[in-house]
Amino acid sequence: MEMDKLGVITTFIHNIVVYNIPLLYGTVGEIVVEKSGSLNLGVEGIMAVGAIFGYIVGCYTNSMLIGILTAFGMGALMGLLFAALTVSLQANQNITGLTLTTFGLGVYFFVGNAIKAVAWPAMSNYSSIKEGFSDIAIPGLSRIPVLGHGLFNHNMLVYLGIVIALIMWYYLNRTSPGLRLRAVGENPGSADSVGINVKRIKYLYIMLGCGIMGIGGFYMGLNMSGSFSSACWINGYGWIAVALVIFANWNPAMAILGTFVFGFFNTLRVSGSSLAVAFPGALGWLAAVPTQLYQALPFIITAIVLVASSVRKREGSGLPASLGLNYFREER
Amino acid sequence: MKKFLALVMAMAMTLSLVACGNAGSGSASGSGAETAELTVGAIYINSKNDTAGYTFAHHNGIVNGMKKLGLDPDKQLFIVDEVPEDKQQVLAAVDTLVGQGADIIFGISFGYIDAMEEAAGLYPEVIFSHGTGYKSNETNFNNYFGRAYQARYLAGIAAGLKSLETGNNNVGYVAAYTTAYAETASGINGFALGVQAANPDAKVYVKNLGNWADEVNEKAYAEELINTFGCGVISQHCDSAQPQIAAENAGVFGCGYNSDMTGDAPKAHLTAAIWNWDVYYATAMQAAMDCAGDASKFVETMGGPAYYGGLKEGFVDVSPLSANCAANTDKAIEAVKAMMVNGEWDVFTGVKLSIAADGTVTSADAALVDNAGNEIVAAGGPSVEDGVITGSMNYLVAGVEEV
Repeated sequence: MEMDKLGVITTFIHNIVVYNIPLLYGTVGEIVVEKSGSLNLGVEGIMAVGAIFGYIVGCYTNSMLIGILTAFGMGALMGLLFAALTVSLQANQNITGLTLTTFGLGVYFFVGNAIKAVAWPAMSNYSSIKEGFSDIAIPGLSRIPVLGHGLFNHNMLVYLGIVIALIMWYYLNRTSPGLRLRAVGENPGSADSVGINVKRIKYLYIMLGCGIMGIGGFYMGLNMSGSFSSACWINGYGWIAVALVIFANWNPAMAILGTFVFGFFNTLRVSGSSLAVAFPGALGWLAAVPTQLYQALPFIITAIVLVASSVRKREGSGLPASLGLNYFREER
Repeated sequence: MKKFLALVMAMAMTLSLVACGNAGSGSASGSGAETAELTVGAIYINSKNDTAGYTFAHHNGIVNGMKKLGLDPDKQLFIVDEVPEDKQQVLAAVDTLVGQGADIIFGISFGYIDAMEEAAGLYPEVIFSHGTGYKSNETNFNNYFGRAYQARYLAGIAAGLKSLETGNNNVGYVAAYTTAYAETASGINGFALGVQAANPDAKVYVKNLGNWADEVNEKAYAEELINTFGCGVISQHCDSAQPQIAAENAGVFGCGYNSDMTGDAPKAHLTAAIWNWDVYYATAMQAAMDCAGDASKFVETMGGPAYYGGLKEGFVDVSPLSANCAANTDKAIEAVKAMMVNGEWDVFTGVKLSIAADGTVTSADAALVDNAGNEIVAAGGPSVEDGVITGSMNYLVAGVEEV
């Protein structure tokens, strides 16, 4: 068979986007949460809850929109739980986040197994969900050779993720509500003193961020064609998102870049041997890399990013100054 | 400092995900009085509440095997699940089960091997039976495994005939591992030889997942085999139906594994190589009851320290052929299956079968050669099926390419 060499590159680029967009949702959601001064390590669990409810409700109503809204709503509910525990009850944020992960995965399997015991909805039977997740080519741009199909022919949730990231970037950096949000994350005491309702802001943005994560989980479920088995759809993406926040320097627009850089290495494992076969001269060495190294690569990159960011100087860092600290008004 | 600690924790959790695949919940099961003469203990690698996959298949096998024998799984089965392949933890699970009065303990994961051996010495009055392993003793400790390669060969015939029908000689295989385990190598080899029996020009492209279960990449690998290598039939050695779903989405065909995946991919799936674990579990539990309290007679009662059942025992089989199969697939599979059941022929021998498009089977002496050109069995030579359990099958046969 004559191999379509450029097609291999196109598929590689296409896969980088398709398989890693959930990271973008997780990362942007976490950035919104962290900008309000809360460190939420429960991304994995929140995505799982959004995924399972979004998928099941979306299928049963046969509506993509209801699926997205349910995923968002369930994610936001998880956020409400986090906010109630950490903002109102002053619980430790790290512990609460970890608890939410365990709790979320538990809910995922509990609900999933319960539904499977009755009747699991197969994605192919729900036309609106199936078609809602099919690729939409952007006129013009998708015709660009090699890159076009790779970058501009995706399902609507890919575009939605990019749009959310850009909107959040604009909102955080160019609007006054965004400024208030950042003020709360930097110094809630000062924000409080100028009349900003710190509690309200924290509740609001924790819920918004967690809702965005929930949509990412929904995406993951659809990308796995809604096939429920013994492993969770989220597959560790939530944890990587927590690290990507630092890579993106708390900037939602940078998160897009971070997602694709990370996705490049993540996808190299899948496409490495194809690239090696298509371009034996330049990339033949990719086939010699052991699978185990490919498997470890995304996590090695994560580790390097975490180390590099923690030695980076404070100057220019988007790290909110009060991140991880509970705000207790009477201590002011 | 808190932030730094949080980052370190996030990192640690991220890294820990490399090691452990599954999160779920579970606990040791059951209580209540014993009603009949056998108490069964089981040690699982994943959750007993799983609804698919390896642990699910074994749990079903044990429960159904007990029901066959009139035992009550609710009262007579004790489970410790989510036990990692760590000697201390397996031994602790054994202690728990012995304490609950288990007469026979099944350990389902390969890595339990050393702990099972030690436990068999510690508790000579209890029977230990280890799945997929190779260790045993002459009294109370055996191992069990099946000739999945026979079922794979039959599935390969379905794939080969389909590739003839579509005119696409490229067949793909999403492998958990390749030559690292004899189990996975024999699966690939059995399947590839079956494909070649029907379509001598076929080529089997194998992608190595490096993991027993990894749903996201199972799908991605299958897509890669379809898109880049032009594969028209996708087989697999992994738990989830993702490769079959990928085949369905791409409009090609596939052979699943472990369970009938026709429901997951109605337009793509041909047939799957499946295990009927209850066949072994019922046999072993019956033998345990026949020992009448003397565990040291178990290996003798079982007729040897290693149970190695195949098509003949019904331990492995292929799932019902779907309507997607090429014409005469049923006829060819029936004929070859009969040859293996009555012991006339086996897969890894110096005799090669040829299947014509009308389903007729002919055989001829031909050497079994690996994909590096080494002769494994001379033309007309005897079977090397033992290599599957002793671990010496660490090669892929000619016509298989790992990509």
